Amino acid sequence: MAEQPQAFNIEQFYKSIKQKRLMGGKCLKCGKIHLPPRPLCDNCLSTEFEWIELPKTGELLTYTIIHVAPIQFQNMVPYAVGIIQLENGVKVPGMIKDVPFNKIKIGMPLKIEFEETSQTQKWPQWPRYYFKPV
Amino acid sequence: MKGKPLASIVSAGLSKFGKLEGLYAREIFAQAAKEAYERCPNLDPKKDIKALFIGHMGESYEHQGHTGATAADWAGLLHIPATRTEAACSSSGVALRTAIYAIASGLCDVVMAGGVEKMTHRSTPEVTEFLAMASDFPFEQWHGITFPGLFALMATAHMHKYGTTETQLAHIAVKNHYNGSLNPKAHMQKEITLEQALSSRAIAWPLKLYDCSLITDGASCLILTRPEIAKKYTDTPVHIIGSGQASDTIGMYEREDFTSLRAAKLAAKQAYEMAGVKPEDIDVAEVHDCFTIAEIIAYEDLGFCKSGEGGRLAENGETTLKGRIPVNTSGGLKAKGHPVGATGTAQAYEIYLQLTEQADKRQVNGAEIGLTHNVGGSGATATVHIYRRG
Repeated sequence: MAEQPQAFNIEQFYKSIKQKRLMGGKCLKCGKIHLPPRPLCDNCLSTEFEWIELPKTGELLTYTIIHVAPIQFQNMVPYAVGIIQLENGVKVPGMIKDVPFNKIKIGMPLKIEFEETSQTQKWPQWPRYYFKPV
Repeated sequence: MKGKPLASIVSAGLSKFGKLEGLYAREIFAQAAKEAYERCPNLDPKKDIKALFIGHMGESYEHQGHTGATAADWAGLLHIPATRTEAACSSSGVALRTAIYAIASGLCDVVMAGGVEKMTHRSTPEVTEFLAMASDFPFEQWHGITFPGLFALMATAHMHKYGTTETQLAHIAVKNHYNGSLNPKAHMQKEITLEQALSSRAIAWPLKLYDCSLITDGASCLILTRPEIAKKYTDTPVHIIGSGQASDTIGMYEREDFTSLRAAKLAAKQAYEMAGVKPEDIDVAEVHDCFTIAEIIAYEDLGFCKSGEGGRLAENGETTLKGRIPVNTSGGLKAKGHPVGATGTAQAYEIYLQLTEQADKRQVNGAEIGLTHNVGGSGATATVHIYRRG
């Protein structure tokens, strides 16, 4: 098992993504699960958390097909993006791949996959996850 | 006290909106300031105006930040305190709110609130990138979610939950283009048909080109005073009787509901309560139609109709110039244009014209109470203001 990251922040979240794990922070005081992890619980203002691995499947809440993209994503258009709700209620945005656009439906189950990332640190080649049909 | 004026608009100015080639933002702002000075001969701008609050979203466009001092200088207002407010597309809605703080605190008797953006000299992909900065970087921009994309996510959710249709969205575009055709300062002054709107190319499905507001250059400003001294400057002031501002998560994905903007609902509630008016009392409104779906959601968040009925309100023509509650008589962001930093006070400019009977062919007869609704980003900021004829 990979080394447990320490700081509860966005950088550690994406470091976990690089290790193909979807990690959230759970507030030890009120129990709220944060994705991304936060250093200060927005609900109860606690700073005490534990890491939890989040479920990798969820249901599609909404989606769109992007035709006009920022410069960094222009070579990928058209592409689908959506927001899924994991089994524990946490919501995650991301790209939807490996499914024809006309087969994408609200309510469909999707699972989280991890991209192989390049060595360069130039956006958008940082570690990313995406969604694909179960 | 409900309905007590918080501040009064004694003058207002708006530059031409459109593709203003060869001009810098500061020069466009000077156009708006000049109009406001000329409208108000009793005002000595250099002597009377004690502070400037200016909305401006992006320093990337012109490689120019520090907009407060720049705008004060080019509006001929040195050496007053000049403050830039930034809240994405609600930057000048927030400038107006901040100006009200200045007046209501008793620190200033007369202030200017305005906004500016120069956008059209940049390519569409560049503007798309700059506008996306108003959304969450590590979870939205990082995954290629654009600004139209965020509102498209709302549109898909609204369609799924309430049965809202692409045709209903197109009705918003047709209405606002018609209104824009009557506004000599609008970026687009031509009518469009439903068929044109529906057959335009996809930007972020289900949103098409005609569902999107325009990339525009422009500036706007208001001159505000303490209500007690407004008549010193004009016989026809417009009183601001309600002001609301609220925030929400920067990441849209974190919100409970994608079919409504909670910040806008909260801001509206504050403004209505302060003003002591109800949605049915509003005679004319300028709402934030950055995308057609945003206007439909605005109808619902502002209480012009029940949740889920915004599409029908548009389809039935209830918000046209001759309708029950005319919305976006200026042409809105859709046709008048959306120089993002300038939009909030440009909406107030239109309401000022309406409540002083200066809206010409777009005049809503006898309008007494107006409202503006200005949204930043995908709804992480919203400001709502309510105005009454003085």
